[in-house]
Amino acid sequence: MADEAARGLAVRLEQDAPIPLAATLACAPGETLALVGPSGSGKSTILRCIAGLHRARAGRIACNGATWFDPAQGVDRTPQQRSTGLVFQSYALFPHLSALDNVAAAMSHLPARERADRARELLARVHLTGLEGRRPDALSGGQQQRVAVARALARDPQVLLLDEPFSAVDRVTRQKLYRELAELRRSLALPIVLVTHDLDEAAMLADRMCMLHRGRTLQTGTPFDVMTRPADALVARLVDLRNVFEAHVAAVGTGRGLLWNGIGLEADVAATFATGERVQFAVPVSGVVLHRHDRPSRGERENPVDGTVAECTELGEDTTVALAVPGTGAPLWLRIPSHVARRNDVRTGTRQRVSLLASAIHVMRWLEPERDAAGG
Amino acid sequence: MDWPALRLSLQLAAATALVLLPLGIVIARALAWRRFAGRRWVEAVLALPLVLPPTVLGFYLLVTFGAQSPLGRAFEALTGHTLAFSFAGLLLASLIVNLPFAIQPMQRAFEAIPADVRAAAACCGMSPWRIFTRIELPLAWPGVLSAMVLTFAHTLGEFGVVLMVGGSIPGETKTISSAIYDRVQAFDTTGAGIMAAVLLGASLVAIAIAYSTARPRDHAHG
Repeated sequence: MADEAARGLAVRLEQDAPIPLAATLACAPGETLALVGPSGSGKSTILRCIAGLHRARAGRIACNGATWFDPAQGVDRTPQQRSTGLVFQSYALFPHLSALDNVAAAMSHLPARERADRARELLARVHLTGLEGRRPDALSGGQQQRVAVARALARDPQVLLLDEPFSAVDRVTRQKLYRELAELRRSLALPIVLVTHDLDEAAMLADRMCMLHRGRTLQTGTPFDVMTRPADALVARLVDLRNVFEAHVAAVGTGRGLLWNGIGLEADVAATFATGERVQFAVPVSGVVLHRHDRPSRGERENPVDGTVAECTELGEDTTVALAVPGTGAPLWLRIPSHVARRNDVRTGTRQRVSLLASAIHVMRWLEPERDAAGG
Repeated sequence: MDWPALRLSLQLAAATALVLLPLGIVIARALAWRRFAGRRWVEAVLALPLVLPPTVLGFYLLVTFGAQSPLGRAFEALTGHTLAFSFAGLLLASLIVNLPFAIQPMQRAFEAIPADVRAAAACCGMSPWRIFTRIELPLAWPGVLSAMVLTFAHTLGEFGVVLMVGGSIPGETKTISSAIYDRVQAFDTTGAGIMAAVLLGASLVAIAIAYSTARPRDHAHG
């Protein structure tokens, strides 16, 4: 941890008001860390704290061995002293300056005669050659975002901070900007912190993601890990895992590990759990497989479950199905191709059999429902 | 045409606008961005000259500047002449009367600068002075210019306060507005008409400048 803090960005923030914060995160050089959470989860506030635009009550922010913020030691560097490149959600370009001057404005560390050339280089790097003389209002949303990225890099920052940089552009532009950022970040050897509420965006662009809720960091890991192996039911809900159920541990290890309302389920239960312990488990919709009527499966580790279709919604090529399983409160959700739904006569009221793939079942420690009750 | 009166009016208007330029920027910027206790009260007091009858305001200023008041006595001790019925007194009164004309357009202009743009400037490593000169002032400039023009034009035409505080001493405190009044009293309609036309022209030019500078600003933020 000490080594990581010395070489990258290490952040710990605590405060009760105005926005509660209890966040700890670290980002190594060359790494992209996504801060993900619903609106109001404090992700932008954390970014502003790192940039020095917001002061938390307590905590510590250090980058490459230098302490930027530590109120206990009386350290609180101004934004000017921190060397961060921040891309604002609104881009916050200087409306009266050309693209070139916007970028050059962040180059007070360079001799004046070198600034224009360096700014041209950066604009070329974000594919804006030829548009240097344009003011922000003569640029498209995507072009403005690129100027903002070039300006953030102009200071040769030690950290690049991106505050929902893709939220103000259309879908096609966004896809293009994703590719450009992915390409750019490969060439940058600095920690990049990306704030987003979009899980797909985090999965695409980040090496690790940090799940936030009400200013608290709940879980940090690779996007795949956080999204398929959430730490608890709250994280599961935040990563949009709808199939979260209560169960008891029948046996630790591999085998018929879970007892779910009288149904024994094949699942791997880690040794950190005890037999008989009340737990919750999550299954992604992709881990719930429909049985074909004409070819019932008898697989050993396939956890066959019978239920009645309570809801069946065709959304384009996919159909989302809610299956009411007797004895379990919430329905079991699955997603199947619409043509499969039609061929197997999946309609509201029909009886269906599905399998909960044992490999997809993720067992989590029990979380008190009141903590989980908050809306997202 | 009363040339000394016109010259005095122009001097007074120019001096008022020049003094209120830095003062107005400092006050307007603070009112636009700082949140402090009693901010609304400060705004209300600064707006008072807009609604107070000029003679009422002039009366209070005359009392404040008079030889019996601490300010009047201090001024007289320092300079050897009275504050009331002098150009210095006239200028001080003019500054107070014009505070809302200078501050309000500037305050609106500073308020229109997005907080993120100022934050971005700080994150770019720009010093507070550089942020002020390179970002804030160019963006707020139409409002600042508009404030200056309004102040200048308003001072040129001010009558009530000027008459109360300065009297109408030729060459010392007699402004063009007072001169027009004097001419009308003397049944010199032609003389009054020429001077009134000069003020009308100046006012039209001022309004034209204020409106033409206001438009690009709206566009820039629209």
